[in-house]
Amino acid sequence: MSDLNTASNLEKVLKAGHIGVTSECGPPRGSDADEVKKKGALIRDYVDAINVTDNQTAMTRMSSLAACVHLKLMGIEPVLQMVTRDRNRVALQSDILGAASFDIPNMLCLSGDHQSFGDCAQGQNVHDLDSMQLVQTVRYMRDEGKFLGGDDIKRPPKIFVGAAANPFADPFEIRVPRLAKKIACGAEFIQTQCIYNLDKFKEWIKIAADRGLTEKTFIMAGMTPMKSVGMAKYMKNRVPGMDVPDEIIKRLAGAEKGKQAQEGIDICVEHIQELKELNGVSGFHIMAIEWEEKVPEIVERSGLYPRPEV
Amino acid sequence: MRLKIPSNFRIIRVPCTGKVDVIHILRAFEKGADGVYVVGCMEGDCHFNEGNFRARKRVEQAAKILDQVGVGGERVKMFNLSAGEGPLFAQFSIEMDNIIRELGPSPIRVAKQKKKDAA
Amino acid sequence: MIIAEKKPIEEIIDEVKDFNRLLILGCNECVTVCEAGGKKEVEILASALRMYFINKGDEKVITENTLERQCDHEYLEELRSNIDDYDAIVSLACGVGVQFAAEKYLTTPLIPGVNTVCLGANEDRGLWTERCQACGSCVLARTGGICPVSRCAKRVLNGPCGGSTNGKCEISKDVDCAWQLILDRLKALDKMGDYEKIAPIKDWSTDRAGGPRTVTREDVKI
Repeated sequence: MSDLNTASNLEKVLKAGHIGVTSECGPPRGSDADEVKKKGALIRDYVDAINVTDNQTAMTRMSSLAACVHLKLMGIEPVLQMVTRDRNRVALQSDILGAASFDIPNMLCLSGDHQSFGDCAQGQNVHDLDSMQLVQTVRYMRDEGKFLGGDDIKRPPKIFVGAAANPFADPFEIRVPRLAKKIACGAEFIQTQCIYNLDKFKEWIKIAADRGLTEKTFIMAGMTPMKSVGMAKYMKNRVPGMDVPDEIIKRLAGAEKGKQAQEGIDICVEHIQELKELNGVSGFHIMAIEWEEKVPEIVERSGLYPRPEV
Repeated sequence: MRLKIPSNFRIIRVPCTGKVDVIHILRAFEKGADGVYVVGCMEGDCHFNEGNFRARKRVEQAAKILDQVGVGGERVKMFNLSAGEGPLFAQFSIEMDNIIRELGPSPIRVAKQKKKDAA
Repeated sequence: MIIAEKKPIEEIIDEVKDFNRLLILGCNECVTVCEAGGKKEVEILASALRMYFINKGDEKVITENTLERQCDHEYLEELRSNIDDYDAIVSLACGVGVQFAAEKYLTTPLIPGVNTVCLGANEDRGLWTERCQACGSCVLARTGGICPVSRCAKRVLNGPCGGSTNGKCEISKDVDCAWQLILDRLKALDKMGDYEKIAPIKDWSTDRAGGPRTVTREDVKI
């Protein structure tokens, strides 16, 4: 995993053996680019790259690609998230080229939440490809320099390709085989679902490591600080595929009034510090949802600041 | 046992209320009936296991259609009793008669009469 | 079979109100089995419409008929001699039957009396569920006999997606996760090893995407 395939800073950091740090920024529900720029400016010095979500929870937002371009023009490295829900293979390949034309060097391939969760529940979904096939597509375009249709691409996209993994979704027994499939499809880095159940995560990554999978990809542990005990309960009970142990809820509930948010940050920092030492963890993906201003604190207190110059 | 019951209805005997279909109920209304009631065995006591449950569902279906076409779903009812309960049958008949008298004649009967008068 | 669902009577009334002589036309095949458009449903709809229009003082001539199939020339031809007796036909067949009749009787308005829902099975009394989307290129041999195209809300060919929880789909607790069913089958077949085979990018040209589909059999044409 030492040769560089792209100009991605994230790829360089990970391949140099540093613990990588990414965060995310959700584009606004409007056309004001300042919202993206502000979020970007807040966290740019504390991360190696910033994910830009693609109409998350199927709510219509500013396009991920456009928001990535805003960040890129500020000199911030984006990770373009792309879901297969809204675009067929023509549009996906075209957007990949569009991203590459701005030298956006990272992509995260996802299937996307079902449209029934969003504001267009009556809309069609596409799912021409699934997330694994999208990973294959980007790798094919980059490595073979060809479109899916077989024609040559002039200036193929140089994109570092990632996929998501959820160590906690059902059924557990296929969590590692599923990771293996994504790696076989060409996923060079993996960003996981938010981790709260450390024991289960450790079990997952151990099985993955035993299969040699952690040598084949960079696994970035997903971290989301809890703002309140209400959020923790919501995540536990309402968000599919989320595993929030009762200890977390108890600890947040036990915090002094007005200090739950700080407790949430503390838990997040402690988890990062613990997982940092874990074999197979190559980095952290900090998703502070509408709470980007806390990312610097989390990164600093976790001992991940300053970010390496590579 | 001589029981006083209203004399303004026709009894249509069926081997089991499970034999009663939605169309039988609708046809009765089409022909000018002001109301239809289906009297079945006690729930759980059907010789054919679920005949009376089927009948109840069909009565509900018929009621819905009667509502949709402006006749009124409250004109059709399902009652249950066991075979020996003659007085209960009489009571249901009186109950139904009262319901229908309160509702007045079926609009279908009124419309048909109007047409006949015009002819 | 093809699963259909009765349209609300109000909708049918609105479509037929300006015609005087109606034929309510049922079909003896799929729609009979799924209790949406067979002989019984023809009788019920005809009776309901008669009552509605009598009540409105707008009596119509409503004829009932149920054909063996509406997707076959042979049976649809039975209408030809009387076709001029009707100002419109309410067909309770699936979308196929409605169109086939419309193509055959060019000057007779055709009104669908059912919504055609899917290709499915009668899972339980009063419950019909989708099993196939007629994608034109069957993958069941590789998915334990359970179809991810019709039964996964995202038709994910390498599933399950992250939304699978306790064997249910993220869209509803009442919907099974197709990939959970696939995994259960693979396990029962002792073929869990097959799970890691990657399903290639699918050729959807045999699906709706490729335009109207036809099957031509020169070997049976006369």
